[in-house]
Amino acid sequence: MGRARIAAGEDVPEREEHAGAPWSHVLPLVAVFALATCVPFVSNDYWVLIATRAAIYWVLVAGLNLMIGFAGQLAIGYVALLTLGAYTASVLAAGNVTPPLNPFVALAAAAVLGAILGVIVGLPALRLRTFYFAISTLGFATIVTQIALAWQSVTGGGIGLPGPEFPAPLNTHWGFFYFCLGVAAFCTWMTSNVAHSRFGRALIAVRDADVAAEATGISKPRLLVTVFMFCGAAAAVAGGLFASLQTYITPEAFSFDLSVLFFIAVLIGGRGSVLGPLLGTIILTLLPEFVASLAAWSTFLYAVLLLVIVLAAPGGIAALLDFKSRRPLQSNRAIVPKPSVLDGVFTSKHPGIIALRSVVLAFGGVRAVDGVDLDVRPGEIQGLIGPNGSGKTTILNVISGYYEPEAGAVTLAGAPLPPGNPVTRAGRGIARTFQTPRIVGEATVLQNVMIGGTILGAATFAETLLALPRYRREEAMLRGAARQALRAVGLEGLAQVRADRLQHSELRFLEIARALISDPAFILLDEPAAGLAADEIVRLGQFIQEITRRGVGVLLVEHHADLIFDICHHVTVLNLGRVLASGTPAEIRVHKEVVSAYLGG
Amino acid sequence: MLESILASGLAVGAIYALIGVAYNTMYSTSRVMSFTAGQLGMLGGVLGSLFVLRLGLPMLVGLAVTLLCCAIVGVITEFVAVRPVLKSLEQHLYVLSTLALALMIQQVTAIEWSTEPQPFPRIFGPSLGGMTDEKFWLPVLASAVTIVTLELLYRRTLVGRAFLAVAEDNFAARALGLPERNLRIASYALAGIIGALAGFSGGALLLAFVANGPLLNFYGFVPVALGGLGNNRGAIVGGLALGIFQQAANFLVGGIFSSVAVFALFIVVLLAVPQGLFGTTTARRV
Repeated sequence: MGRARIAAGEDVPEREEHAGAPWSHVLPLVAVFALATCVPFVSNDYWVLIATRAAIYWVLVAGLNLMIGFAGQLAIGYVALLTLGAYTASVLAAGNVTPPLNPFVALAAAAVLGAILGVIVGLPALRLRTFYFAISTLGFATIVTQIALAWQSVTGGGIGLPGPEFPAPLNTHWGFFYFCLGVAAFCTWMTSNVAHSRFGRALIAVRDADVAAEATGISKPRLLVTVFMFCGAAAAVAGGLFASLQTYITPEAFSFDLSVLFFIAVLIGGRGSVLGPLLGTIILTLLPEFVASLAAWSTFLYAVLLLVIVLAAPGGIAALLDFKSRRPLQSNRAIVPKPSVLDGVFTSKHPGIIALRSVVLAFGGVRAVDGVDLDVRPGEIQGLIGPNGSGKTTILNVISGYYEPEAGAVTLAGAPLPPGNPVTRAGRGIARTFQTPRIVGEATVLQNVMIGGTILGAATFAETLLALPRYRREEAMLRGAARQALRAVGLEGLAQVRADRLQHSELRFLEIARALISDPAFILLDEPAAGLAADEIVRLGQFIQEITRRGVGVLLVEHHADLIFDICHHVTVLNLGRVLASGTPAEIRVHKEVVSAYLGG
Repeated sequence: MLESILASGLAVGAIYALIGVAYNTMYSTSRVMSFTAGQLGMLGGVLGSLFVLRLGLPMLVGLAVTLLCCAIVGVITEFVAVRPVLKSLEQHLYVLSTLALALMIQQVTAIEWSTEPQPFPRIFGPSLGGMTDEKFWLPVLASAVTIVTLELLYRRTLVGRAFLAVAEDNFAARALGLPERNLRIASYALAGIIGALAGFSGGALLLAFVANGPLLNFYGFVPVALGGLGNNRGAIVGGLALGIFQQAANFLVGGIFSSVAVFALFIVVLLAVPQGLFGTTTARRV
């Protein structure tokens, strides 16, 4: 339905731009919770108990979903946080270390402690690869249980202690069920807000295109620490509720099987979805109940399900429900950029010149860049050509901060650009594209472009969780800017399509749109014409010229000599890391060494 | 006290080291770190107890059948959890597929065997107690034999050199016409045998206990992470050091805090040197 509306007209205001999550995403969630409220009326106390348990699990999984499903961090030992929350709430309510606290205060204290431990558990994810992180969370799960066993004076050791008891009317089956359901609905709303915010998109970008995420100014550590705090707090609250539901807890109640249930629920549900993991949690909680004879085998069944999902349907339930992406796209699509739309994209500003002076960078014994001088000026196209391995992309990576030069200076308006720190570039108005497009295949084209605008947002994570006005305004603003950037490059008709369904040439323009949305002063293009058809290259050239006409400085790394000579104001030719020649296209075209070494002729 | 710290430390350390070598063996040919490594160690103990104590097979026959079974588990791992995901671009899928298989192994063992620790047969007669007991030197002997055999295999035989070639550069090895797929299957069988040996030789110490699976998964991975992926010598040194560290902490500050200490050490070292103490840095990203 989104696509039809775009096709109908470009300036039709969209209702969904006012809310964070589009209605098509919200309605199924509302339906699930509406159904859940009916459970006590159509069944007995036992099923109310099971439904309560599902709601509590979901409180944890909702947070964990951001960590596993969105950020792609495989925390397989998250039962540790449930244990922590359960014991904190129980110990504080029982008064083992402090005077007995009100159960709600105990629950809040558990949330705070959970947020802290959530960061500690997650910290290794900032440096370690997937398996290392998975195993470190596994280690955490073991340790927390052991501490619960050993710290007898506080936790009661193997004997355990009673869970917190909530005051009437929450101490009845019905009352507690509705309380847990309310908490679960609240968590769903919050994670759904995050999912449809710059934070949710940044998480997916970190997962699937971490290099591009850095270039758009997404700081992985800060982002992940924020999310880990939320996940930890949600899990600890779930733990407190769990302890209350159990009425009495021992370390045995927190087996690794629970951890398995949690993360498999996310994976069965599908990555990057809120509805999928919700259904996954419900299914996994109910499964052993329907097949009583299989209760002992439930974890085995979960494991089989996990293997089947991984091997046969990596997208999980969310992908099965994604009917839109199975509709065929129009074939032989041609991209026609509309430079006129660019007028509203760029605010005029002249930040000065990006200047490289005597930059040197060696990989082992190879001097990839060997004393290069280069200027990128506002409103001009600086071309960079040279044979393979001459250091073109390396220079681009030095400017965008992925490499730290060993000698020489890289400055913007006279001030040095922090070397080896790509996250800082977007904030200084430097955007880039990549030689191989780095996009998030599972996200829509529109979301991919919006990732480029992450730094434009100012709403904090807390504002996003609660969908406060600033978050709503920014979300609408970003959506509008992304649509405008897509119109400019000629991809507006594909805005709601999953990016991995696009053709190669469309991905190149998608990357340019992602660079445009942040209103950059400089755009670094790494072989944007590679893989494009001849007429597409011509249109690309005109488009780049239009961009520079609006005051933007462009660094163009290319192999297509024609494109370089047609549109560049200034061309630098590299060979073996050194500048072979530098001048206007007319000068370079007749430069003897360039002609013999590179152009042929 | 020092004596008992060393004896028990070297013994558990040798078991961890062997599990680490099993991780490495699978990793070298497939670039996959498999969660089944610890389960193989657990199965070594459980199957040894099953064949020798319950079914009454002679010790050597029991050992041979145990090794064979674990080799088969290794091959199954390759077929079910590794090969299907190797082609995938998603690099983390193997974490999930091998974890799924490891969970299945563990659940079947828990249900069909027992969730409680079961006794493991004495290999060289009844216990005499003291530091010369077989439970202390057997794992050390097993790991020494394994590492020497592996070194001889890798340095002296054609198959071993082919292993090294595949481990060094998979694509180049295939271009040379090496049977990369068969070598991978063989390496998983070999990892199965090494893991089983760890569990069997450590049976007297760790017993035939299903919970050893996740335990060995973690403690076996620590030496790999510290010593550098694919580095067998690093794993042996790391394993023995870990064992002594853990036992020393055990004697000095008590059991619970020794696991906390090991975990803290693991995290701190990895955060400081993500590639391990003896490993090489990873490839460029951009």
